[in-house]
Amino acid sequence: MRSLLVKDLRILWRSPLLLALLVLYPLVVALLIGLTLSRESDKPRVALVNEVPRGQSLDVGTGPLRLGISGDQVRDHIEPVQVSTREEAERLVRDGDVVGALIIPEDTFRQIESRVEQPQLEVIVSEEDPVKARLVDDAIAAAVSEANRQVARALTQANVRYLDLLLNGGNVTVFGERFNVLGLRRIGESVEAARRRLPRGSRERRDLDRVVRFTRIAQANFGLSSQVLTALSEPIRVDKQVVSGARVPLTTFAAAVAVAVSLMFVTVLLASGALALEREQNTFDRLVRGPVSRTTLLAEKGLFALAGALPVTLLMLLVVATFATVEWDRFHLWLLAIAMAATAFAAMGTLIGALAREVQAASLLAFTLLLPVAFLALVPSGAVGPLVHDITEVVSFVFPFDATVDAMRAALYSSGSLGGPLLHLAALAVAYGLASRLAIRRFG
Amino acid sequence: MHAPPPVVLAAEGLRKSFGARAALKGVSLEVTAGERVACIGPNGAGKTTLLTILAGIQAPDAGTVRADGRVGWVPQAPAVYDKLTAAENLRLFAELEHVDDVRASVERMLDQTGLSERAGDQVGELSGGNRQRLNVAIGLLSSPPVLLLDEPSAALDPRQRERLWEYLGRLSDDGTTVVFATHTVSEAERYAGRVLVLADGEALFWGPPHELQQRVRADGDLESAFVAFLREQGH
Repeated sequence: MRSLLVKDLRILWRSPLLLALLVLYPLVVALLIGLTLSRESDKPRVALVNEVPRGQSLDVGTGPLRLGISGDQVRDHIEPVQVSTREEAERLVRDGDVVGALIIPEDTFRQIESRVEQPQLEVIVSEEDPVKARLVDDAIAAAVSEANRQVARALTQANVRYLDLLLNGGNVTVFGERFNVLGLRRIGESVEAARRRLPRGSRERRDLDRVVRFTRIAQANFGLSSQVLTALSEPIRVDKQVVSGARVPLTTFAAAVAVAVSLMFVTVLLASGALALEREQNTFDRLVRGPVSRTTLLAEKGLFALAGALPVTLLMLLVVATFATVEWDRFHLWLLAIAMAATAFAAMGTLIGALAREVQAASLLAFTLLLPVAFLALVPSGAVGPLVHDITEVVSFVFPFDATVDAMRAALYSSGSLGGPLLHLAALAVAYGLASRLAIRRFG
Repeated sequence: MHAPPPVVLAAEGLRKSFGARAALKGVSLEVTAGERVACIGPNGAGKTTLLTILAGIQAPDAGTVRADGRVGWVPQAPAVYDKLTAAENLRLFAELEHVDDVRASVERMLDQTGLSERAGDQVGELSGGNRQRLNVAIGLLSSPPVLLLDEPSAALDPRQRERLWEYLGRLSDDGTTVVFATHTVSEAERYAGRVLVLADGEALFWGPPHELQQRVRADGDLESAFVAFLREQGH
């Protein structure tokens, strides 16, 4: 097997174009991913033009309100790029430096405080790219929703305070003049005392009975008003529970996908090409009639693909690691995940090589098979109909791509279990290995 | 009185089918040491199937093959790696076949095939004739007593063909049994001691070329006798 392995590596070394492609492709992918990750943000960049005069604050009756849409809280949803003019914002959108722009008009706070006018924010987006436009819509809608909730909460607090004044009484300042408000509770007590002083059955006492009943009902209902208003300000609250998968930063997911894509192409192309080459050069019969069994030949092709893919993928990861924060103490897990994924891809590659008679046909078959596999595996569940979802589930189970992404995620950042994906990859390696062995029975 | 040469390759009742098509229908033959045997027949007669079964590349559906020692195999199309040099190809197959002295075997084969000067050239840069010589050399690396060649001169020009047959003749003179399939009946006439005529998987004739001519009472060469014989047999 050693002689064959050396032979395949020598042939690879003497194929400069192929070698360059196999090394450069993952490195270019790694650099692109790295440059993307180096922005250290997985949120869309949105230009923010705040036209509200500096120093002006928002107050709806609960004191100055620090509104999220113009402040730091907006960073939960977008990466704001502060610009001073609407023209500058438009230029940034046109140049693609930001995915969109959000403009807060100067009278926004006054309109909110009026409680009768509704301020209107402006969004600038380029519709040339529908994906980008959708991203901006979602991000800005989330940011504005957060701001709406803040304002509603503040307005509710102010209203609750007024209702409390009506119920329990107290001091209030209107236009600089201080008033004492009696409150429903004390009104009820005074009316009750006056009622008791009137003769039973008198018309005046009956009239006061009606007033007492009204104050009791009003007190009871106003007592509930605080809870009702709070519920109205935020009718639906979200309590998220994760039932499957682990929360993974977008950067981790991007790194895992990049590794999986490169590993898949490099390993499958090497394994399938090396096996198909034996048929293209008519050497297959010569090899298997001698001391090399078909099983040994398949194992050698798998090992060759592994030997080629491991250093290239590790090199790629090292490039990604220079741009993103990685946990170096998990390096042994990276190796384990890459080795197992490469084994599964190599077994898949030998099957493709066994189905093709020439290297070109094997490469073409590999590309036409792998591209849709990678695409389908990345389709989020729930984003497609039930039939397509079922198909993507089957594709994810049958091809090693999805399991590789899971394994790399787990290996890179301890997001999720590593054991499950590794077992899945091992099972796929065995299954593809057996299928390859069956397929090359027809060789010769 | 000389003892008859020993049988080094024998096949008995070989049958092989591919789906509904019978490629071999009970073919038998015995080849003795140092003999040169040509397997001739029209396209699709079963020549390559017979040789691949004798070489152990594929198994027969029925029948047996018995060989005295290793059997060397030279396929019709050169089975060599274009990106390796001639020497590297020889070294690889010598290692795989566990030849005792790899370096000496490689040098011997380069010398015998006249490829010593091109030993460091990648095979993809060699002429068709040199590639075929290397192809034959790989089949001879383990010094097999029997060498099977499937249409060895098919892709060669007349001069290369002549050199190849000279080389195979020397091998045979040194005691190697040579069994070859060919489309060119004149090659069988010139270089084979016995011919096997195959048609539609059946062995129609097995004997010296002149006996085939006598069978059909042909006045011309073996090719005319071969055509007349096939016609006589209904092919």
